[in-house]
Amino acid sequence: MIYHDAIVVGGGLAGLRAAIELNRHNVKVAIISKVHPIRSHSIAAQGGINAPLGNHPRGGYDNWEKHAFDTVKGSDYLADQDAVIRMTKDAAERIYEMEHWGCPFNRNAEGKIAQRPFGGAGFPRTCYVADTTGHALLHTLYQQTIKYKQASERKEMVIYEEWLVTDLVVEDGICVGVIALDIISGRLEAFQAGAVIFATGGAGRIYGNSTNALINTGMGMAVPYWAGVPLKDMEFIQFHPTTLVGKNILITEGCRGEGGFLLNNKGERFLEKYSDSKKDMEVAPRDIISRNIIREIMTGGGFDNSYVHLDLRHLGEEKIIQRLPGIRDICMEFAAVDPAKDLIPVQPGQHYTMGGIDCSTECETNVKRFYAAGEAACVSVHGANRLGGNSLLDTIVFGAIAGSNAAGHVRNSLDKKGEGALNNALKHAEQRIDALCKSASNESHTDIKIALNKVMDNNVGIFRNASKLKEAVNEVKTLQERYKRIKINYTGKRVNLNLVWALELNGSLDVAEAVIAGALAREESRGSHFRTDFPARDDTGWLKHTLAYFTPEGVRLDYKPVNIGPFEPKERKY
Amino acid sequence: MIKDKVFFNILRFNPDNDKKPYFQKFEIPFIRKDLTVLEGLYYIQQRLDNSLAFRSSCRAAICGSCAMHINGKYRLACNTLVLKLKSDIVTVRPLSHMAILKDLVVDMKPFWENYEHIKPYLIPGKSLPTNGEQIQSPEERTKIDVVIDCILCACCHSSCPVTALHEKYFGPMAFINMSRFLSDTRDNAKEERLAIVNDEYGVWRCHTVFNCQEACPKDLNPSGSIANLKMEIVKNKI
Ligand SMILES: Cc1cc2nc3c(=O)[nH]c(=O)nc-3n(C[C@H](O)[C@H](O)[C@H](O)COP(=O)(O)OP(=O)(O)OC[C@H]3O[C@@H](n4cnc5c(N)ncnc54)[C@H](O)[C@@H]3O)c2cc1C
Ligand code: SF4
Ligand code: SF4
Ligand code: FES
Repeated sequence: MIYHDAIVVGGGLAGLRAAIELNRHNVKVAIISKVHPIRSHSIAAQGGINAPLGNHPRGGYDNWEKHAFDTVKGSDYLADQDAVIRMTKDAAERIYEMEHWGCPFNRNAEGKIAQRPFGGAGFPRTCYVADTTGHALLHTLYQQTIKYKQASERKEMVIYEEWLVTDLVVEDGICVGVIALDIISGRLEAFQAGAVIFATGGAGRIYGNSTNALINTGMGMAVPYWAGVPLKDMEFIQFHPTTLVGKNILITEGCRGEGGFLLNNKGERFLEKYSDSKKDMEVAPRDIISRNIIREIMTGGGFDNSYVHLDLRHLGEEKIIQRLPGIRDICMEFAAVDPAKDLIPVQPGQHYTMGGIDCSTECETNVKRFYAAGEAACVSVHGANRLGGNSLLDTIVFGAIAGSNAAGHVRNSLDKKGEGALNNALKHAEQRIDALCKSASNESHTDIKIALNKVMDNNVGIFRNASKLKEAVNEVKTLQERYKRIKINYTGKRVNLNLVWALELNGSLDVAEAVIAGALAREESRGSHFRTDFPARDDTGWLKHTLAYFTPEGVRLDYKPVNIGPFEPKERKY
Repeated sequence: MIKDKVFFNILRFNPDNDKKPYFQKFEIPFIRKDLTVLEGLYYIQQRLDNSLAFRSSCRAAICGSCAMHINGKYRLACNTLVLKLKSDIVTVRPLSHMAILKDLVVDMKPFWENYEHIKPYLIPGKSLPTNGEQIQSPEERTKIDVVIDCILCACCHSSCPVTALHEKYFGPMAFINMSRFLSDTRDNAKEERLAIVNDEYGVWRCHTVFNCQEACPKDLNPSGSIANLKMEIVKNKI
């Protein structure tokens, strides 16, 4: 059994920020991640990160209150306002800190951090590093972990890379550690810890047409879910309006922030036809644009019944190269399209998991000494719809909060706990894997995964209704049954992707079940969740958070109130 | 011309069972215009041979996971279109100068050690502003425009003949990242940094054969950085 004062699961932005915070509090910390931290999904974030710095010529009157208001309104009033206020108050400090640590933000004429306009924001407040902001931020934080590692003689920062966490171990309501599989050697190990933070990212790959990294299977949410921690607001899935047709690689909102147009098959900027997007056009919030693209396609305005065009040509080659170099590469490499000359074929795709591990503004959960942060968590600051640029902010703000709160608890409780429970859990995990390897059945995890992706794309997408959702419930039940008969063909220990993917699929299925159950129950339309059979928002019945609990018989739903603060719920009009 | 199949010839090795690496050929019975090498590997692993091992994450050429040797060149599997290779056979080997853990998965430890060795973090001046950013003009910022794009994929490392000879050689990735910090007007450790690369296994070992530049999937130019570092060392009499 391996012991660390604190364990952070996840090496993305939230995880690294949490680990740095713990280390700053002199806590010995281990990061466990199923990929090298630099390979985490955060690396792919493009457009930028929000903070009301007021550096833009039009941003002079920006402040945390306005940022908070935009966030709450964007969330369709489902966000907890205390959490949003905490985030927007901390935003500037976190961004300056990233800058001090070396993040190469683009600059305005005064040499301050440059900011660009983003959807749903009253002022241009999105700080950016060209169109590779996540790459710059993640490299900066990883560099800081190296600095901390080198600075401490006590080797306080250990990284277990390519270890898959399979179980969260809880004893008497207190988290005592995790079980993890070393992907390289195939060894299972129990990790005992004074505190555990999950920063395991989103679950986008339960869908097929997702912008997310292939590793975002949802396993990171399923592990605490299985251990009794509820998942909150899982029905709220963000669909990004512009993903490259075919591969669904993200084409950042920054393209539209910089002045790009969306065109239908007649070459018209069709967003002006729809009342909710006609004012802000291409920089209206994501959920609105995604729906209007689908409406346009359904009424015959698309191409091949599946996409529309994004036009950047009028920005000119120079601006495209300077501000959107990553997008240019993506278009040229993956679609042989030169955005300076050609139209980019785009369609909406799954993008962000607003829901996640239910936690408080202090990142605490219903299990003591277990915390969550980043996309895996649901505090909730994004409510029913996240604004672009707010989730990167979420990762570093709440990563730091989780780290500092966990640090407090580790120091008060140095007594090691839960050896028995950990040994038990390890044994169970070994037996589970053994059973998978020895299974005499013949279901393939690939087939099940493809079927899951398909039903999520078709039935749990942008437009939902009761009959499609019921179909999805049944389909996922069938897939869960099929999963029980899954067969691992390759049973070697070393780098067994077959086993890893099979284990993760179990998480994908159960997380998908929570998404569908929440969506079917919520008989209203709010933010990203649009029910054609209940097209209006219903504050009397549904201004509340969904909680999904895992039970062996399936998901059990419960609800809890939203924290309303200074901003009274109003109709969300743009 | 769209063909209807393509062969992958993949270097296989499992140190637990195999005495030495060998090639294994697979047939992919379809080919799409936008089929990438990575998607081909997925097909093989999921449909033909569940034991195949490789790394991937973003599938969008930004995370640096999937670098490997493909038809004569180190590249990223995820942004390499099979059709663009203009060959019926896609030959795939793992990265070089690092031990094979299994098939296309190599032990990147030496690469990460090279990175850590150059203190790859900003060493700022003494007085950071208490409530605000350090000022850097847009012109100053452009000096790091390209060097910040390194995705730590190790294509350059694997292509370098000096890395092959000397385990202790810093390698092109370390130099380009060193020059990233040296070019950053916010960094304040010029002498320390130049002293680090002015090492027996530092910049002077480079034979300037430009393999690294050719290999870089992000069109970076490590050999250019090396030339600059050499010049700076001379100029500053380190
Ligand atoms: C293409 C794209 C572009 C985006 N652009 C923007 C943007 O411009 N602005 C913005 O604000 N947001 C953006 N987002 C959203 C934002 O990037 C993510 O929400 C954010 O990076 C998530 O960070 P994270 O640290 O929470 O998780 P991640 O970066 O996903 O990290 C999760 C970590 O957990 C580890 N992990 C997961 N499960 C396990 C397990 N079982 N065992 C061990 N380790 C595990 C992984 O290895 C990984 O290290 C974008 C998202 C996408 C898809
Ligand atoms: S230029 Fe130098 S670093 Fe680059 S490949 Fe050649 S020897 Fe290696
Ligand atoms: S310099 Fe280029 S080839 Fe080398 S690690 Fe960086 S991105 Fe990869
Ligand atoms: S999978 Fe990320 S670079 Fe290829």
